Amino acid sequence: MEELVQHIINGLNLGAIYALVALGYTMVYGVLQLINFAHSEVYMVGAFSAYYGAHFLRLQANPGWMAFATVIGLSVLVCLALGFLIERLAYRPLRGAPKTNVLITAIGVSLFLQFSGQVVFGADPKLFPQVLEDYPLMRIGEIQIQFFDVTILGTALLTMALLQYFIQYTKTGMAIRAVSFSSRSAVLMGINVNRIIMVTFFLGSSLAGVAAVLVGLKYPKIEPLMGTLIGLKAFVAAVLGGIGSLPGAVLGGLVMGLSEEMVVAYLSSTYRDALAFGLLIFILLFRPSGIVGKIKVEKV
Amino acid sequence: MIKLARGWFIVLVVALSISLFAGFFLNAYLQQILFFVAINVMLAVSLNLVMGFCGQFSLGHAGFLAVGAYASGLMSLRVPLFPDSLSYLNFPIYALIGGLASAAVGLLVGIPSLRLRGDYLAIVTLGFGEIIRVLLLNMEIVGGARGMYGIPGTTDAISCFHAFFWSGTTVLLIWRLVHSSYGRAFLSVREDEIAAECMGINATKTKVLAFVVSSFFAGAAGSLFAHTTNSLNPASFQFVKSVDAVIMVVLGGMGSITGSVIGAVIVTILPEALRTLQGLPAVRDQLGTVDLRMVIYSLTLIMLMIWKPDGLMGSMEWTKFRRRRAARG
Repeated sequence: MEELVQHIINGLNLGAIYALVALGYTMVYGVLQLINFAHSEVYMVGAFSAYYGAHFLRLQANPGWMAFATVIGLSVLVCLALGFLIERLAYRPLRGAPKTNVLITAIGVSLFLQFSGQVVFGADPKLFPQVLEDYPLMRIGEIQIQFFDVTILGTALLTMALLQYFIQYTKTGMAIRAVSFSSRSAVLMGINVNRIIMVTFFLGSSLAGVAAVLVGLKYPKIEPLMGTLIGLKAFVAAVLGGIGSLPGAVLGGLVMGLSEEMVVAYLSSTYRDALAFGLLIFILLFRPSGIVGKIKVEKV
Repeated sequence: MIKLARGWFIVLVVALSISLFAGFFLNAYLQQILFFVAINVMLAVSLNLVMGFCGQFSLGHAGFLAVGAYASGLMSLRVPLFPDSLSYLNFPIYALIGGLASAAVGLLVGIPSLRLRGDYLAIVTLGFGEIIRVLLLNMEIVGGARGMYGIPGTTDAISCFHAFFWSGTTVLLIWRLVHSSYGRAFLSVREDEIAAECMGINATKTKVLAFVVSSFFAGAAGSLFAHTTNSLNPASFQFVKSVDAVIMVVLGGMGSITGSVIGAVIVTILPEALRTLQGLPAVRDQLGTVDLRMVIYSLTLIMLMIWKPDGLMGSMEWTKFRRRRAARG
């Protein structure tokens, strides 16, 4: 029983991180109907910029909230810039092109970032600097709650709350919702769709930046190919919840994290990566619109 | 039938001349490259059937290559069919078995996943490709993560003939298929699935057919791969391998078999030509052992999609050139 609760706590942590990345996928999909394969690489670059930033500013010497916030800020900034560049240079020239072409471009951008990451950062894994110190926060019986567990979950929830506020209660947020509902009618309402798409990329990329630092805290090994798997899993999470839906992405991420933790704990860790795809195939076959998504009927 | 027989005769002659040339003039390294040209041509042309002609985006082609390679490798290690003196007769049979195994998996994967479209299909095929790899990684009978060693096979002239005969046959058969009434069905599904359904074409059946044929030839290519490299490891069939195949198709032009052949030849030979570049002291000091190949590939892919989305050939075939010249002259 205690073991189970411990796994649930770990799973929730992992799930919150997946949810943050999944939100980026789902938002871009909402406005562009494009799987932004490069999203996982934005996340990777975020982790590396935090790594270099922390080393450059010598944040490891005095860990604490300030260091943590600085690192997150750095990572978010770099991710923002990268998301902007990707959208501007690779996706915007293809607005209106056949979907397959855009998809191939997205894969191209993703591979390009992965492999130039290997050239720039080096292919060997690096140790993420500990900008916060971990310690056991409290014990309930056999269950031990770490400081990091609370930090990660708390930061993730705070970020999601901010996002929710932005999407629901600001004018730009309303425009994002309008574009993802129907970009053609949004244009008629005087919304600058290109600008909204850019803002969406900003938002998605900054969430990836936050997720990158959180992962760095929990699993402090970073390498240029680290984005691929987590990206795929987060995408699966987005589909699981219903792609295009924000609550769906959060729900999907949590389900994904929990089920992965359970598979590793009670089955075998070699199957943990196959689980994501198995889950995806299962969902797409039986409920392609996801847990909260609406079923769309295709019309001629 | 006559056209098919004539085509096969041409394939025979071409394969024979290439293998004679290879046997007499090329060293082992160049022979190996030639082998990979044959394998990649099969891979690209078979993927083009699904991607270019049927319009279904597949990112799991490496999985089918893996199934064919492992089936054929396992067969050659466990069930030697002919005695050593006649060992060359084994390879066509192994290739056939590899192809059939892969086609069976293709059917199994295709039936559920081809109901999906566009990017969903891409992700699901990617998923199946990865699942195949993870399963191979966990199967003791094929060596798991250690891989499979000591698979018989050479790269001499006779094997080269075998490889190019298979490769040519792939091109020929897919060419004939695409120019048959089935090919029309593929094209109509690619252009508009709903309209095709209205015309009485069973879209799912058509897509599954294209998928199964494609995975058959990918499996046969896998068999050639296994008997060329003599050892197999799940790591050689990662996602990147599928992307390789996609790049060949896109570079050559989706919907052009000639293009796929050209794309496959370029993508196989170019990194070997660039290898000398990477050996230069200045470049080596800068990059160490990092492979620049994928950086160049991915950049090519992006630029192709932005400036020349049709690839080198678009949907043109070599016969177009011939006809045009005939009309002019």
